This record gives sequence, structure tokens and C-alpha cells, in this order.
Amino acid sequence: MAAALINVPARAKRGDVIEIRTLTSHIMETGFRHTAAGDLVPRDIITSFTCRYNGIEIFHADLYPAIAANPYLSFFTVAKESGKFEFEWIGDNGYSSTASASITVE
Amino acid sequence: MSHWRAIVVAALLATAPALRAGEVPLEARRSGYSFMGPETRAMQDDDTANPGMLFVLDGESLWTKKVGVADKACADCHGDARSSMKGVAARYPAFDKTQGRPVTLDQRINLCRADHQQATPLPYESRDLLALSAFVAHQSRGLAITAGDDPQLKPFVAQGRDLFRQREGQLNLACTNCHDDNFDKRLAGAPITQAQPTGYPLYRLEWQTLGSLERRLRSCMTGVRAQAYDYGSPELVALELYLMSRARGLPMETPAVRP
Repeated sequence: MAAALINVPARAKRGDVIEIRTLTSHIMETGFRHTAAGDLVPRDIITSFTCRYNGIEIFHADLYPAIAANPYLSFFTVAKESGKFEFEWIGDNGYSSTASASITVE
Repeated sequence: MSHWRAIVVAALLATAPALRAGEVPLEARRSGYSFMGPETRAMQDDDTANPGMLFVLDGESLWTKKVGVADKACADCHGDARSSMKGVAARYPAFDKTQGRPVTLDQRINLCRADHQQATPLPYESRDLLALSAFVAHQSRGLAITAGDDPQLKPFVAQGRDLFRQREGQLNLACTNCHDDNFDKRLAGAPITQAQPTGYPLYRLEWQTLGSLERRLRSCMTGVRAQAYDYGSPELVALELYLMSRARGLPMETPAVRP
């Protein structure tokens, strides 16, 4: 199940620096672990995260095996105009998950 | 002055029987939250940073999902969990009349699946079971724990207390040796807590996932080099019941975050 928790302020003043926090559900299996029987557990991680503000990419992160399960990412941007933030997580085995949040800029 | 001394002695005698040697006094009982660092506390307090909330969200969607031969969802009998499940987790493990023994919240969910949904039981520590019990227990967040109040539970609470005080494993330690006698000290750098199970199922950073109280108890047993009881065994349920009754009055925190 792909669930995400997004924290974007509902409203902000134009020019304000705002914090965006995202938390998504993912096991982030490193690919380095073995089962009790000695078989390698295949890697299954999120490899990239993108945030778009009204269609323009404002934040991008590449994720690696050392990142903990259920990755939490927090970053800042300048509130320029009302609109929508779109979030996208892409990972191994064709994993893809999206979420969005709206903001009103006064 | 002597009559004052007599009053003090009488007062001590009056309160003493409720308290057994080595037990943490009622007013000194503290959630594991108070032993954590500020970063971990902040993570638990913010619902958009608490990874346990991801499981609560999953549980919310499972609550209304029809399953089993009966094609019924939890919500078809229990309705809105926000009202029907409020305070429920705070009194679990609870006595089950047909079983004649206490059952944990996880066991109750599986009994409901078997009896009313005619669905297969969810395995212990599976994502769906943890999500459902987290969702149910989340409805009690902030409410005081009342487990163990049922008089029928008395022998099982006593059994749990005995297990808590029984030395076991190659290290020959009882739960009480750390959690009653040595809390607030450190074990290999980590604080020793009072073992008050206020926030289960909880997100443990070490596990990188949500886990039940039984999982926590089993890892402590492995830590003292003892053979851990199986999930759902009467001994683990009795221990869980005793711990919950020991935490009576402390507020529920589900889903808590612990290091």
C-alpha cells in the first residue's frame, strides 16, 4: 500500500519561505541482507523523489540503500503563487507513487 | 511529637499493601516517551513525521474493506471507529468469555475475522494486522489505560506479575531487575525505561517498522538469552496484561515512536 503524509502550509504570504515535509511508506530493502537460509534479499528501494510546484521542478532527490524505511524528506521553497505541489516517488520493480497538496498565496 | 510519628507510620502502613517491593509507585510511573531524546519526541508528536501514522492510514482503509466469505468489513458491524473504538485498546488484553482467558487486540481482530467475517486469520506482525490494531488503538490516543480492571482477569494479571519477576535465560535476569529496579540508568548507552506499554503497536526506529508489544517482549527475552515464548502464547498475553495493568492511568500514545 502506498500512503504518503504531506505537510504543506495551506496558506502563505507571497515571498515567504515555506517548509515542505513528506513521509512515504516504503520498506527500503537494501539488497545487502540475507535470509536465514542464506539467500540474498533483492534490493527494493525508492530511487528518486521529485517535487513540482505548478509544473516546475523545485526539488529532486536521489535515494540510496542506506536510507531508512519510510523515507522522510523536508525541504524549503519560496511561496510565489497559489497552486499545487505534486510529489512523485519512483523506485525499483516499477514502483511509482504520487501525491499532491494545494497552497493559497496571498 | 509521638502521635505525629504514629500518624505517619499509620499512613505508610495504609498505602503499603497496594505496593509490592520493587514496584514503581503510581505517581512515579512514566511513559517511555519521557526517556527519549528531543528529536524522537518531535517525530512522535508530529503526525506528518510519525511513520506510525502511515500504518494508521492503512488501517483506516482496511476498516472499510469487505473481506472473507461473509463479505463484511469491520465498519459493517462496528460503524465509525472514531466513536465505536474509542477507549477499546486502553482496556486490552480483555477477558473473552468463550475462550475463558484474556485475548490481545491482535487476537480479537483475528477472532472477529474468524467468527464474523469468515476470513483467514492475519499472521502476527503482518502489515495488515499491525495496521488494523494501530488504527483501532489510535482511537484511544490520549485516554487513560484501564486494562486489568475486569475481576475475571485477576489470576491472569497475577500470572503476568509472576512472569515479570521470574528470572530467566543465560543472563538469569527478570524483567523487574531492569524495569523496576534500574530504570533511568543506562544499558549499553540506551536508557532503561519502566516498560510501560503506552504506545503499542509502535514504530521502533531500530525495527524500521511498526511492531507489537509481543515483538518487543520477545526481543527482550532474546536479549537475556532466554527462549522467547511464541506469539499469542498464554504467557506473553499474561505478561502483556500485567504490563498494561501496571501502566494503569497513563495515557495511550499509539502510534508511539521509540528508538
